[in-house]
Amino acid sequence: MTDRDLDRVEGLISQLLEEHPPAETPETEFWGAQYDLGLAWVWHPEGEGGLGLPRRYQTVINRRLTEAGASIDNRARNVLGIGMGAGVLAAHGTPEQKQRWLRPMFTTEEIWCQMFSEPGAGSDVAGLATMAVKDGDEWVVNGQKVWTTLAHLAKWGMLVARTDPGVPKHQGLTYFVVDMESSGVEVRPLYQITGEAEFNEVFFNDARIPDANRIDAVGAGWRVALTTLMNERVAIGGNTVPRGSGRIAEAIDAWKRYGGGDPALRDELVRLWSEVEAARLTAIRADEMADAGIPGPEGSTGKLAWADNNKAVMSFTLELMGLDGTLFPGGYELIRPTEFENRPPQHGFLRTRANSIEGGTSEVMLNILAERVLGLPGDPRVDKDLPWKEVPRG
Amino acid sequence: MAEVRVSYTPTEETTLLRNTAREFLSNRLPMATVREMMMTPDGFDRAVWEEMAELGWVGLAIPEEHGGAGYGTTELSVIFEEMGRMVTPGPFFATVGLAVPVILGLADEAQKSGLLPGIAAGEIIATVAAFEGSRDWGLENVETTATRDGDGWVLEGVKPHVLDGHLADLILVVARTDQGLAVFPVGAGADGLTVEQVDVLDPTRRQATVTLEGVRAAAPLGSGPAGDALPRALGVASALLACEQAGGAQRCLEMSTEYAKTRHQFGRPIGSFQAVKHRCAQMLVKVEHARSVAYHAVRVTEDPAEFAIAAPLAASVASESYVWAAGENIQIHGGIGFTWEHDAHLYLKRAKSSSLLLGDPRYHRRTLGDALGL
Repeated sequence: MTDRDLDRVEGLISQLLEEHPPAETPETEFWGAQYDLGLAWVWHPEGEGGLGLPRRYQTVINRRLTEAGASIDNRARNVLGIGMGAGVLAAHGTPEQKQRWLRPMFTTEEIWCQMFSEPGAGSDVAGLATMAVKDGDEWVVNGQKVWTTLAHLAKWGMLVARTDPGVPKHQGLTYFVVDMESSGVEVRPLYQITGEAEFNEVFFNDARIPDANRIDAVGAGWRVALTTLMNERVAIGGNTVPRGSGRIAEAIDAWKRYGGGDPALRDELVRLWSEVEAARLTAIRADEMADAGIPGPEGSTGKLAWADNNKAVMSFTLELMGLDGTLFPGGYELIRPTEFENRPPQHGFLRTRANSIEGGTSEVMLNILAERVLGLPGDPRVDKDLPWKEVPRG
Repeated sequence: MAEVRVSYTPTEETTLLRNTAREFLSNRLPMATVREMMMTPDGFDRAVWEEMAELGWVGLAIPEEHGGAGYGTTELSVIFEEMGRMVTPGPFFATVGLAVPVILGLADEAQKSGLLPGIAAGEIIATVAAFEGSRDWGLENVETTATRDGDGWVLEGVKPHVLDGHLADLILVVARTDQGLAVFPVGAGADGLTVEQVDVLDPTRRQATVTLEGVRAAAPLGSGPAGDALPRALGVASALLACEQAGGAQRCLEMSTEYAKTRHQFGRPIGSFQAVKHRCAQMLVKVEHARSVAYHAVRVTEDPAEFAIAAPLAASVASESYVWAAGENIQIHGGIGFTWEHDAHLYLKRAKSSSLLLGDPRYHRRTLGDALGL
């Protein structure tokens, strides 16, 4: 039975490659055709970019397309849309919403961003304060979001806003899709410790959203947001990558250039390599268990290990480099980065500090592991039953 | 770098073995029994060994033609993992984890036919006398000698750390010949052989000093020098030990989690404090990592290049994870965790001892660095 599904997938891949030879087809056209054949998100239903098959077939698809010279860069270029937004639309969108948004999302003709965090709502994202007030068929939005990746390029933004301040925090949220080009939406770069602005701040001043762009029910925003966050953590930590790739490769390069055979440094290098490899094997095992439908904790540990390992590896890489580790080639420049590959290790050392903050801090991840996987009791929550407007903030 | 994909999904066999092992160990060797046994002179009860043999565990990875069940290290590793959970005392690791891989890796067919059926049947408890210098896990400075004498050999030397040597009917002695290290089977009653138990950190896994004074032996395993087969066999032992360590670490996590849910201080379960719950969650991460590397290693024993990486990876990661988890387990239990009455110390002792038996984590990382060409 599985083989028949695989045959079908393989057949459609061949058809795609024959009808749209990657070398001669513009990327957006190719991705459109890929979507139409159900090879975009293979686990989505037919007509929504998928074939209703298990996720593992996507690995086959991506591998064959890459081998045939087709680009799968859309996934990186529109990472918040394809990686998370699609999951939200699949789970909570109306047929009209899916029809309108999924295809141009996949082709990258419309870039997506996600607006959850606020200056006053980081780990406690459910405490957010951006307000949406109903006005006829529209919602009027005021407030500020922060750490918004791709907002400056985005056509659409996933927004969680407070629609009822009179109920406890989780109950008063609603999920919207906002046109980032509409008036009342202002995007400003947010410069981070590397000097670069990968992220943005987004300001809403009486921005208006049609009610048709609301996802799921009024007050259901937290449930929808959880779908996004779970997808985000899978997208960040759950990738299975080749052995020795990623940040550890930078440490190995530095070892070869600077290590001089020092046994203490070598022990630390191999220790870090082992940590990374143990996490990688855990991700592979988790994928396999998930495919086999065997629930287990393997998948939940990935984001945490990824963050810890990245920070440790890049910190060690600078130590390997000795005095050269004190340099910052190219200097600091307050710019929007366009190049994300081949950055010097000093840049990586700074950038990885965010790994244990973005997509859920490591402390929050530990809470999640302890409470959801191990079943430990939650922290006492003083704000749990209070109306949001009565909870102290600052 | 090369990458080998294997399946980690439980099979019908491994699931059945796991269920049987968990049931047998919790009925026959519950913690109360483990604690009684660890205070006896031998630290073990031979009747239990016979039951394990009857269950097919001792011969599980011995080929059928030599009296075993013909399974691989993947299936066998399940027993080790389950025994690790229960700090099962006795010579199972010495015999099945250490001696059997050495015989399978080094012996010729005739020697296998001579040695393995008795082991599989539970009649022969075996061990390996390899290490001498306290940190010479690479066996570079072995001083025990084997000298030709007529059509046999004469062994001279001292082996201070022979696992379960006091229980062994068969000791596989690593000795230096003029052609390099070789492994000689020696029967427990041999003339010139003395075996003296030593006091150990982990009373659930005993050691003896084996002294060889003019002990006569027949041909070594494979009738020649051991070569690379010996470190490979020790690698198999490390991989199986890693599964035992992963099982022990998992049990520490469970003990901590259970305690953190029920122990109340300041009017709430201590597991609701992040200082405690984060320790538990970190344990979960380390336990999952230990399990991943251990599962991987026992599944690639037949692929020399991959196994050269996987075995020291498993040994170092599982060792450190278990020692750490066993220490955290005591910390989370607080005062009660430091008492003799509580089981937590059994795991700490087993963990620390296991992390030194076949190489400390740094030794294994050196081996791993070599395999990675770093």
